[in-house]
Order: sequence, then C-alpha cells, then structure tokens
Amino acid sequence: MLLDVKNLTSHYGATQVLFGVDLSVEEGQIVALMGRNGMGKSTSIRAICGLNPVSSGQVSFVGTDISDLPSYKSARLGLGLVPEGRRCFANLSVSENLVATARSGPWTLEKIHALFPILKERASQMANTLSGGEQQMLAIGRALMTNPRLLILDEATEGLAPVIRNQIWAALKTLKDQGQAILLVDKSLREVMEIAQRCCILEKGQSVWSGPVSELTPDLQQRFLGV
Amino acid sequence: MTREFWVSVVVLVGLPVAAFIAHITGETYIINLLTRMIVLGLAGIGLNFALGYGGMVSFGHAAFFGLGAYVAGIAAFHAFDDSLIVSMPFELGGTNQMLLIWLIAIFLAAVLAFLIGLISLRTSGVYFIMITLAFAQMLYYFAISWPAYGGEDGLSIYLRNEFPGVQTDKAFSFFLLCFAILLLVLLLCWRFINARFGAALQGARMNALRLSSIGIAPFPVKLTAFVISAMIVALAGALYGELNGFVSPSNLSWHMSGELIIFVILGGVGRLVGPLIGAIVFVLLETYLGGLTDRWQFFLGLILLATVLFANGGIMGLIGGRTRHD
Repeated sequence: MLLDVKNLTSHYGATQVLFGVDLSVEEGQIVALMGRNGMGKSTSIRAICGLNPVSSGQVSFVGTDISDLPSYKSARLGLGLVPEGRRCFANLSVSENLVATARSGPWTLEKIHALFPILKERASQMANTLSGGEQQMLAIGRALMTNPRLLILDEATEGLAPVIRNQIWAALKTLKDQGQAILLVDKSLREVMEIAQRCCILEKGQSVWSGPVSELTPDLQQRFLGV
Repeated sequence: MTREFWVSVVVLVGLPVAAFIAHITGETYIINLLTRMIVLGLAGIGLNFALGYGGMVSFGHAAFFGLGAYVAGIAAFHAFDDSLIVSMPFELGGTNQMLLIWLIAIFLAAVLAFLIGLISLRTSGVYFIMITLAFAQMLYYFAISWPAYGGEDGLSIYLRNEFPGVQTDKAFSFFLLCFAILLLVLLLCWRFINARFGAALQGARMNALRLSSIGIAPFPVKLTAFVISAMIVALAGALYGELNGFVSPSNLSWHMSGELIIFVILGGVGRLVGPLIGAIVFVLLETYLGGLTDRWQFFLGLILLATVLFANGGIMGLIGGRTRHD
C-alpha cells in the first residue's frame, strides 16, 4: 500500500471540516477523490500533505506515519503535490521553477520537456507570463521533477480551455502508462472515469463510497455527485 | 544581454576609469570618495542578498558592518602597540594583515548571523525587522560601554593594515583592492542567485508554504542566505574601517542599518548591481549636497520618496528596465 488514510479528521481553527476520510492508493494505481463542492476534497489533500493539521486518524505513506510530519518531509518521502490554482513561483523562470526543487530519479528536465514541449519553448520566460494552461503544465512538471512516488493533482483541469484540458488528460494517460501512482481530484467525471481505476466519494467531510470506477453506476453518480 | 546588464557594465567600468583619471590628476580626495562608494555599495549588495532575494528585511545589518569594522580596528590597535587581545587562556596578539582580518571578520559575522538568524527567522514581517534591530542595538550599546576600545569615542587605525603586494596606504592601490573584492563578491552572488539555491531562496520569499509542499524546508535556505549576507556586509565593514582609519560605535548604530536599506531601495531591490548605484547616488548627495546645506538628508528623503513612488525597481529599474523581480 502506497498511501493509506484511515478515519482522517481535520479542523480549520475551531471548525471541524473532515469527519472521517478513508482513502488508499496502491503502487501504480490512479485513484480519484470525488464529491460535490465543499465536501472536503481539497482539505483532505491538504491534510495528507501536511498543509492542514491532522486532528485524528492515520495517514501512512510508504509505511511511515506522516500525519504529524511537516510538509517538506512528506514531500521528500515522495508526495508530489500539484496544488489547486496552479501555484507556480511567479517571478522565477520556467526552468528555475522546474530545477529548484528537483530530486534525482527517472524524471529529468528532458523528460518533462518531452511530456510538455511548450515548457521547453518557454524555458527562460517568467512563470507569471505563461497562460493558465501552461502554468498548470509547469506545476505538474515541477511536481514530477521531485520524482514523487505518488503524484497528487488538485483540480488540475479546472478553468482551462477544452483544448488545453485534453492535452493535460493526454499527459496524465502517459503517466498512467508509465505506472505513476496518482491521486486526483477533478470534477470532469467523464475523463476521470476513463483514467482512474478506483474512486472515493466524500460527502460532508466523510467517505461515503469507494470502489472500482466501473461500479460507479449512474444512480450513485446522481446520488453523490449530482450529475 | 539585457539593458540591466549593460547598465551594470557601464557602472563597473565607469568607477575604475573615474578613479584612474583622478589618480593621474592627483585628486586623492576623489579616489577616496570612489572607494567609499564601492565599500558602501558592497555592504548594500550584501544586504540585498537577504533583503532583495530572500525577502528578509533586516534592520540590523549594521551589527555585521560594525563587527567587521571593529575587527579591523581592534587588530590594528593591538598590532600598533604590540599588545595582546587575549592573554588567558591562550595568547592572541593583534595583526596588521588584511587577509587575516577579513577572514576573522567574515567568520565572526557568520557565527553572529547564524545565532541572530536562528532566533529572528522564526518571525517575519515587522517582528523580524524589530528583532534584528534589537540585536544590532545590543551590540551598539556594548561597543559604547566598553572603554578598552574607545567606547563612545571610537578607535583609530593609525596605519592602514597591509595586504601582500599592495601598497594599501596609497589611495589608488586601496581603491583597486576594494574594486577587485567588489567584482569577486558580485560574481559569487551572481552564481548563487542563478544556482538552484537562488531559485529556492526566491521561492521562499514568494511563498514559503509552497516551497515546503514540494520538498524544501524554507528555514535552512533563508538562514544560509542570511549568513552569507552578513559575511559580505562584515567584509565591507572591515574595508570601511580601513578606508576611514577610524571605527566607531556609529558603524553599529541603527542609522547605519537604515543607510544600507536606503542603498538597496534607491538602487533597486533584488538587482545585483542596484545597491552599488544606490550607494553612488547616496555618496554624491552626501558630498555635494551636503556641502551646500546641512539639511541634505531632506532632499535624500524626497529622492527616496520619488524612487519608491515612481521608479518601480529603484534607479536600476528606471534606467535598466523592469525585470523579473516583483
């Protein structure tokens, strides 16, 4: 088991927002974390990565309990987060963004350039001069450069033009074929069902359903996702 | 090559050319003025490493500047009258060798900056400003109340210390020595900034949490930058003591910290050669406007105000074009 989350709860100040999230990702697997707006998907991911405090429950990653680790330590263990809203380092160049946090492993600058050729063209440009889609590719590339055991994508295709979304989904399929484990939050159900093997649904900060994507019937979709 | 690069080249070529002209026309005063620009610029460049690239607005870098100056002063003081700095538990005399003095100044500044940084980098924003100021003031009052080295009156360096192969008491030779150090420091800073370390440092300035979430702890990166910055400023302080032949507690006072910040803001925050330009303008104003009126700092204030309001990125931003820095 790569990532194993059991009965995770978390608070923002005095307000409890997660009431027991269960989630697991195996080596080479793609798991989608789904749910309507405000159900705690991003908070779960922030808690896993050490950006939100874990109040109770277990988060274990490659056999280590990471629930109390500062975020840089869990990142070094191999959690590669692509945060919501594309957070690149605005005033660093594209190549600096990629190289700054790189750790050795199969992913190199050349491979990132092969995956997203536009990043090679834009190598010396400042990240804040990129389009939204290019910034998203940069954020993914930056996370891959840390050679993560598990890539975590929070709303990676939100607010992007359909053409760009397709490019990103294509890149994710490439990653899937290479056996990269991915935990993914996304609202575009059709693409998610194409790429993910398992799915975990949150409602009001709690896990309410999890299973293979093939068992996600229209009835369940209607019930939990409102599609 | 960017416009900023060419502006930097013009400044870095202009200074030695001006000094050379002053040398052949026998204007020692002008040479010393140019040396003063370089030494203060060097200190500004040091501060800029922490302030501009790392976003650490230190209001206490005078501590390192004064430390460097006092190392030069104390070493020379003991070398001059052949007495000992420490007699127990081991004997340590003074020295008049600049290289050794610089090494000691840089080492002591590194230790001091490590300790100050260790505590103050746990805070940020206005608290960081105040805590660095507090540390510098501690040193200032210590220097004032220590009569062995002149206390409030300061300490004279009667004979400029020596550097192998250079006649340091000749104004032009000393200028060239300082200029060589400036170039070396600029080169080192440039290498640091454009290495992965520099990218991580700037990332820590932009968003520490983001940097942390992809696997780099911001604290050690910022602490390292703070220490490097202090080492450069201490070297500048030692040179400043040599240049004036005099060190005093005012080198440690908060006015000095403020002046260093003025060099950086006037010249351009996060621009490699910016603080040097800031120091040049400052020294020019101080000398020529200060000759006309004692209230010259009023006009400095106006210029600083105009720079902040209208010149995005300081003077370097005005003539060298906007850059990457926010």
